[in-house]
Amino acid sequence: MSQLDFETWSNGIFQILLNQKIRQVAYVPDAGHLHLIRRCQESERMISVPLTTEEEGVALLAGAWLGGDRGVLLMQSSGVGNCLNMFSLTKVCRMPLLMLVTMRGEWGEFNPWQVPMGQITEKLLTTAGVLTFPVFASGMLEETVDAAAKMVFEGPAAGAVLISQRILGAKTFEK
Amino acid sequence: MDSNRSLHYPLHRREVVEQVLSQRGTMLVVAGLGAPAWDVSAVGDEALNFPLWGAMGGAVSIGLGLALAQPSRRVMVITGDGEMLMGLGSLATVAVQSPPNLAIVVLDNERYGETGMQTTHTADKVDLASVASASGIPTCGTIKDHDGLRSVLPQILAEKGPVFFNIKVCAENLPLVLPPKDGAFLKDRFRLALLGNNAAC
Ligand SMILES: Cc1ncc(C[n+]2csc(CCOP(=O)(O)OP(=O)(O)O)c2C)c(N)n1
Repeated sequence: MSQLDFETWSNGIFQILLNQKIRQVAYVPDAGHLHLIRRCQESERMISVPLTTEEEGVALLAGAWLGGDRGVLLMQSSGVGNCLNMFSLTKVCRMPLLMLVTMRGEWGEFNPWQVPMGQITEKLLTTAGVLTFPVFASGMLEETVDAAAKMVFEGPAAGAVLISQRILGAKTFEK
Repeated sequence: MDSNRSLHYPLHRREVVEQVLSQRGTMLVVAGLGAPAWDVSAVGDEALNFPLWGAMGGAVSIGLGLALAQPSRRVMVITGDGEMLMGLGSLATVAVQSPPNLAIVVLDNERYGETGMQTTHTADKVDLASVASASGIPTCGTIKDHDGLRSVLPQILAEKGPVFFNIKVCAENLPLVLPPKDGAFLKDRFRLALLGNNAAC
């Protein structure tokens, strides 16, 4: 993935979030969300909320929805495990929850510590009743985020777009 | 550690909550699971209460999202020490956002009341107001008696937030006053009362 590609699809997703009237953007950073987070931080139409753990984001966005705000939660796949019990809140209250998850431990992973969680991320989400939208090509990202957001906010439902490591490029530590 | 000291604290949780909510006006209330939710419901089951039956560790984060969405309303989070200990990181997140309309009140009985009154970390060395203060919340305090409560009530109700008060309350088992437990109902009722016709998504 070139820097230009990365910025192009990140900008595309940002535009979808604007169109969807997303206001609260909660995140624990991942390199794959680098450019999107920057765009959201710069936007006057959004409030960026860095978290200490991803489950805070699930609760935060429930509060946002109570108050009439739409939100999105950005995280890497390992963060999904941190959210599980809090998904009960979303489900039992029938609230929308839009998540953009950058995958690790899924394709060409160099760090074995990422693999256990990465391998069960989608299964866990499905088991928890979260709709999943895996994407393996950057050309499909924008339309998938749009489709997911529609199902989330018109459901209301919880839904996660899973952005494959094939798009992000398997990370390595350069020596 | 004197694990029984909270049996003798002079403040009673229901009187504390009664005092905080008796002048609630247009306030929005989030109540942590278990006893705090019953305490809030004992004052009255209101549409603009969001009493939790789960989501342990999430009460402050829910309050934060609500406070950011509704900057013109006072948002009051009333929760237990056990619930607060599960979400300490959320105090740091609150401090970074610094919502002026958010107040957090912990009813600290130094116990996990709902599960059999086992002691929490606050019965030992942990001081929640210091945690909140060190996290960067500008107005924090610990209240131990009626005079203390009287003097901070105006801050809890109206001081520019975020504010955090840990209120030491007597460890007691009280009659249950249960709010509705269907989460979808609680959410729809809350949004309808707050947002009117815009509540339908
Ligand atoms: C994730 C999770 N862990 C444990 C429990 C069990 N639980 C329910 S209420 C509660 C204690 C709450 O204690 P506290 O917040 O101090 O309230 P109080 O003592 O006022 O009842 C616990 C441990 C739970 N519901 N969820």
